[in-house]
Amino acid sequence: MGKFKKKTKTSENIPTSALPDIIFMLLFFFMVTTVLREQDILVEQKLPQATQLQKLEKKTLISYLFVGKPKNSNLYGTEPRVQANDVLINTKDIILWVNQEKDKLSEAERDQITISMKADRDVKMGPISDIQFELREADARKLLYASTGKVQN
Amino acid sequence: MAKGKSRTSQEVNAGSMADIAFLLLIFFLVTTTIASDKGIQNLLPPKQDPNVPPPDIKLNERNIFNILVNANDQLLVEGEYVDNTELLSEDIKDFLLNFGAPDEDAVALFNGLPQSLKSRANRDSKSSDHPMSGGAVVSIKTNRGTSYEKYLEVLDQVKRAYFEIYAERVGLTSDQYRALTGKSPAEKALIDRGKEGIPMAISIAEPDKIGGN
Repeated sequence: MGKFKKKTKTSENIPTSALPDIIFMLLFFFMVTTVLREQDILVEQKLPQATQLQKLEKKTLISYLFVGKPKNSNLYGTEPRVQANDVLINTKDIILWVNQEKDKLSEAERDQITISMKADRDVKMGPISDIQFELREADARKLLYASTGKVQN
Repeated sequence: MAKGKSRTSQEVNAGSMADIAFLLLIFFLVTTTIASDKGIQNLLPPKQDPNVPPPDIKLNERNIFNILVNANDQLLVEGEYVDNTELLSEDIKDFLLNFGAPDEDAVALFNGLPQSLKSRANRDSKSSDHPMSGGAVVSIKTNRGTSYEKYLEVLDQVKRAYFEIYAERVGLTSDQYRALTGKSPAEKALIDRGKEGIPMAISIAEPDKIGGN
């Protein structure tokens, strides 16, 4: 018994002077990795799950299309809609939108544009295939079905 | 005069620094959405010229692996009703590596495959001739009423079959192979060696009109 008591006499203070530095490091990490949402998403977004995911390297080449049921169903109805940038657009306007996105890129990169389609899992294939048809017409053939990872079994 | 002032305590109280940093940290933790550009890549076919009729590609029935998904998300694989997609990628691998009637190039390709893939060749005359271009095609046909989730699940399994073959050829796992970026020449060589001779031939048919909107 006595043996153990001796140990307790050593100093028990943990030095906390480095704590602010550690916290600051964490803070800077999160500040750098943060991407503040630039746009409100007007449609529901529950991305489907998949296992064979690939990452895209060049972020500047990516343009996003959001597909899903509008969140505000009083205003926009319950049918799945397409959102580009900040507004809901009609399927027919996708060609126009793709051309606008292409104009933002440099001449050499224009044909490498990749569309990341963030579609809700409850959307049916009908609207999806309509969008794909328009993208083919607009000559933006690289498509990414955005999805989240699933544990492989 | 000024000297007198400087004698007062010059230390800034830094004790609350950690608290301030904590507050900021928590703010950024909450607002952060780590951007994820992950997903399944797909290359759409080029647009159709209305003046030019679509090319009539003749393929033997045995060289096509048919997957149908109907409006109730039910699967029909090679004419048989299937409950789930678990075994789909294995079936597709068997189909691709069947080597039923290989020509000279395909025999050379076959000899270059690792043993584990060679052993999959069943030489079934009713299945695909060879996995090279013009050989084996995986066809996915959906309906306008099929859910996007199911379609992606099927496409995922088809991609999995291909990636597992590619990865096996270069001695990596499928995850490692997909993580290759092709930025360095060594990685690019690995990617090309995996793909060589076995192009990803996935045909995604226009969905038919029944049961959708």
